[in-house]
Amino acid sequence: MELTKYEQDMYDGEYGEGKAECMEILTSLGKIYNAEKMIPITSAQVSGVSYKTIGDAGLDFVVDLGKKADVELETMLNPAGVDIENWQELGFSEEFTKKQIDIINGYESCGVMSTCTCTPYLIGNTPLINEHVAWSESSAVCYVNSVIGARTNREGGPSALLAAIVGRTPYYGNHILENRRANMIFDVDYDFKNEIDYGALGYFVGQIVNDKKPYFRLNDRVSRNNLKLLGAALASSGAVSLYHVENVTPEADYARCDESFDELEVVNIDESDIKETIQKLTTTDKLPDLVCLGCPHASISEIQEVAKLLRGRKLKGDLWICTSKAIKAISEQCGYLDIIEKAGGKIVSDTCMVVAPVEELDYEVIGVNSAKAANYVPNMANLDVVYDTVENLIDMISQ
Amino acid sequence: MSDISCRQISKGIAEGEAIVTHDPISFLGGVDPKTGIVIDKKHELYNQCITDKILIIPSGKGSTVGSYVIYQMAKNNTAPRAIICQVAEPIIAIGAIISKIPMVDNPDVDIINTISDNDNVIVDANNATITVN
Repeated sequence: MELTKYEQDMYDGEYGEGKAECMEILTSLGKIYNAEKMIPITSAQVSGVSYKTIGDAGLDFVVDLGKKADVELETMLNPAGVDIENWQELGFSEEFTKKQIDIINGYESCGVMSTCTCTPYLIGNTPLINEHVAWSESSAVCYVNSVIGARTNREGGPSALLAAIVGRTPYYGNHILENRRANMIFDVDYDFKNEIDYGALGYFVGQIVNDKKPYFRLNDRVSRNNLKLLGAALASSGAVSLYHVENVTPEADYARCDESFDELEVVNIDESDIKETIQKLTTTDKLPDLVCLGCPHASISEIQEVAKLLRGRKLKGDLWICTSKAIKAISEQCGYLDIIEKAGGKIVSDTCMVVAPVEELDYEVIGVNSAKAANYVPNMANLDVVYDTVENLIDMISQ
Repeated sequence: MSDISCRQISKGIAEGEAIVTHDPISFLGGVDPKTGIVIDKKHELYNQCITDKILIIPSGKGSTVGSYVIYQMAKNNTAPRAIICQVAEPIIAIGAIISKIPMVDNPDVDIINTISDNDNVIVDANNATITVN
């Protein structure tokens, strides 16, 4: 692998032990993937934050690294295992919370921003098209590649952090333009009605394509909120890091500009595929005792929608809307938080139902409008799931 | 005694007894970092201890958190002395480097069927060679 003089100097330890170690790891990764060089990056997003997933091992690593290295660029964290501000009210244990705070403090001492979200692109960590970045949360990787057109591989938690410390990542995979072309076509003959249709499409297609780059032809345009749900589902049932939607996503024209595009396999999808997937994602006949929205973290417009539905209502079941601290603050300023809390709901920040230890909280059935959450919650938290629209879920827990 | 050439993934030199498996290994959920014992019931090495061994595996698999598990093993003194992979992947590679465990991959022989359990093996990652006594 060819290194620039600055990269070689970092590798040789002239910029300290921390950077040298990061360069050793990243050049080894480059070797594994046959990268010919490193490429400078402009943004990073680091997964492996929840104490539930990384445990004491990850905590040790982050604290040790924090003593010897700093990130060089805008770096945000993935959701943590608890809402740091309201953990007590939500019922999380003090022991878990303490470990969680230690992990976040460790990242902070590396210069990482202590805001924990899977949607950094909604709160200002928003690269431009063609920028190289190192992101690791799978749904964020899918969004930043597909909807924004920036370039990242599916980094592991450590490799994204190390890339942020030396400001570069090995040049392979999605960083190389030619690798961003579509390699499987999906003709979808269905008039989408709501958000769970898009999640179901993503879940269904993810199982077929694994890590290929699907190209969708849909009857209608898609909103950014629904692209977020579609990508998250593609990245959880499969390992999709980049997809294209004709006339919608920025690289769709490039994706089909090669002659070989016309020879790609075409899969036809109709109403029955979508409906069957929706049914399959619900695991019980019971009603939810907790409705959890915001997987990936809710945007301000999604929260506005929920507030509209809740105005003047009283909930009998629990409602969490998971989002970043920043979006929660905007919700408060716009008055949505007040409406949601008066109805008995909560806006939960910095965490989510996938990474929090929800199995400790005495719920049996979780209602979600995210196919990604429906995919993970039964395994990770051993709970039943109802997969339905926001409107229906709120009806289910209303008096 | 024979020398096998390979590729350096993580620097360093180590000598020890081999433990060999045909199954890829996931460190997260697959190995107990407190004891170094393989706890994945479906794994060929189930119930065996990899501490202080030269671990010879086809590849790694599973969650990227596996890198941190290797790091914790090194801190607990339960880690293998060196790792030889037929084909390295990022989880074990990162784990080995942050834990300063010598690691090589891509040996020029079918390593899993060349080396047997308890063979004495020297891994010299710096010179990209494996020596079997």
